[in-house]
Amino acid sequence: MDIIAQLFAGLSLGSVLLLAALGLSLTFGQMGVINMAHGEFMMAGAYTAFVIQGVVGDAGVSLLLALPLGFVVGGLLGLLLEATLIHRMYRRPLDTLLVTWGVALVLQQVARDVFGAPNVDVRAPAWLSGAVEIGGLALPRTRLFILALAIVCVVALALALRATPLGRRIRAVVQNRDLAEASGISSRATDRVTFFIGSGLAGIAGVTLTLLGSVGPTLGTNYIVDAFLVVVAGGIGQIKGTVIAAMALGLMQAFFEYSTTASVAKVLVFVAIVAFLQLRPQGLVSVRTRSLA
Amino acid sequence: MTVLTTLLRPGRTRTLAAFGLAAVLLLLAPLVLSPFRLDLLAKFLCLAMVAVGIGLAWGRGGLLTLGQGVYFGLGAYLMAMHLKLADAGPGGVPDFMLLYGTGQVPGWWEPLRSPVSAILLILVVPAALAALLGWAVFTRRVRGAYFAILSQALAAAFAILLIGQQQTTGGTNGLNGFRAFFGYDLADPVNKQMLYLIAAAVLLLMVAIVRQLTVSRFGELLVAVRDQEDRVRFLGYDPAAVKVVAYVVAAVMAAVGGALFVPIAGIVSPADVGVVPSIGFLIGVAIGGRATLLGPVLGSIAVSWAQTSISEQFPSGWIYFQGALFILVIAFLPGGLASVAGKLRRRAPEGSPA
Repeated sequence: MDIIAQLFAGLSLGSVLLLAALGLSLTFGQMGVINMAHGEFMMAGAYTAFVIQGVVGDAGVSLLLALPLGFVVGGLLGLLLEATLIHRMYRRPLDTLLVTWGVALVLQQVARDVFGAPNVDVRAPAWLSGAVEIGGLALPRTRLFILALAIVCVVALALALRATPLGRRIRAVVQNRDLAEASGISSRATDRVTFFIGSGLAGIAGVTLTLLGSVGPTLGTNYIVDAFLVVVAGGIGQIKGTVIAAMALGLMQAFFEYSTTASVAKVLVFVAIVAFLQLRPQGLVSVRTRSLA
Repeated sequence: MTVLTTLLRPGRTRTLAAFGLAAVLLLLAPLVLSPFRLDLLAKFLCLAMVAVGIGLAWGRGGLLTLGQGVYFGLGAYLMAMHLKLADAGPGGVPDFMLLYGTGQVPGWWEPLRSPVSAILLILVVPAALAALLGWAVFTRRVRGAYFAILSQALAAAFAILLIGQQQTTGGTNGLNGFRAFFGYDLADPVNKQMLYLIAAAVLLLMVAIVRQLTVSRFGELLVAVRDQEDRVRFLGYDPAAVKVVAYVVAAVMAAVGGALFVPIAGIVSPADVGVVPSIGFLIGVAIGGRATLLGPVLGSIAVSWAQTSISEQFPSGWIYFQGALFILVIAFLPGGLASVAGKLRRRAPEGSPA
């Protein structure tokens, strides 16, 4: 029974990582932009949930409102960032990382000045309190909700990329920017939409994090490093890799934690990823190209 | 005579003059600065050592290392552990272990009792870790952003590990309250001045080492690897080896900086080594000019100084300022302040009538 409990803990952690990494894999994986402010977009989503609850009051209604609004808030922040800074720097991916780190610092401090340094709490709705009993195992409803939400987000994103005209444009620009432009696709507009969606997913991730703990200015920083590791281990360009890597990281963390301590588990996960990159330097799933990079 | 002519060859004179000027300024500082300010400057010099290493690895080699705090921290913690053991006396137990731990010194602390092996370990442990990680990563051609992310994850894991092992590392509090530095009383202002002079000398030595490295064949290769790694490989060189060497040198410099930081600052804690301080090291390097010799040093000292003076007056102002620096300098002035002079020089002839 212990193993199953750990399995659930791992999948649950994996689903949180997946929500955090999904948007990153879109912007980093497909556009080559390393957005360190992604974590702060998550933080913005979390504070959106907090503000909405303050306005609406009812925990259930506010959660359902916060999910789409968190998406919009995260997305708009992303759009703003892309339009002002990132689009100047597509040729300098490493420098983008540092610039967006600066943005992250500023956003954190803004949150600290607006909402105060101490953490705030968002109440979970009544229908998410308690646990579901399955075979003597108590599965918290919030965890199940996040797992389900992660699945919904992955499926929605996969469908959007595969079956909509927008998704086709995004994939075309990713595969060959020049050829896509020659075919009449505006790569600027496509970049912006991609960034909006990726950042919006961060907003959703932030809203769900309010179900797991309190909200503070450094909420995003706690997840961003792990989320980046998921993208690195998962490989670039496909959602499949991100999903598998997120779950694998979550499970590893849970099982290592069970046999050692949380801090040693972090180190072991890091070692495991470096070892894994020895086998597959491009990550789990990689799109084969003839380029040297 | 020949030595003198080589030294005075054009191109060298300016470097030598700048180096000499820096040395004189550093030597004069104790005469004009108050003990408090001198202590601050000594701290800044230790942080500048990290910047010198980053200048080599990132500026010349293109290795964006976001985890130099790890090596800084390794050097700092090893030194702090030695000072703690030395304070406790032969066979003694550091005070915090009596509070939080089992009251016994763990086995892996024991090698740090002897000053010689402590200094040796401060140099060897970070070098070994950097060599291992660098070798594992660079030979598999994991590069660019991937390397940056891995180095950052290393910093995160290191800080978490330090916090988690409170009984043996002091946890969030870190290690502090050192009384003596290799037998010299740390409360004595004369010894504080000596520490400052040691830091200044070590920093100058590091700058000289980096200077020699950059004018050597290795330096040429390093820049070539940064700009066109594949061409370097086609020419028959091993880019991974070049990168590993640069990364190890940067790591050792950070570790020495950390080791000297401890007796000067009197404390080291996980807050000095995690993700945030690790990236913080980069902004000074970027402002000064990442690929220049003295730029990283001057930039780092300037940023440290700005941090101290701004945080004194506006506690939250520093974060905004640091964020703005990252955004403005990296996006609009990637060559740092060192490139401004060059830009102005190039612009001047256009404006002036021919």
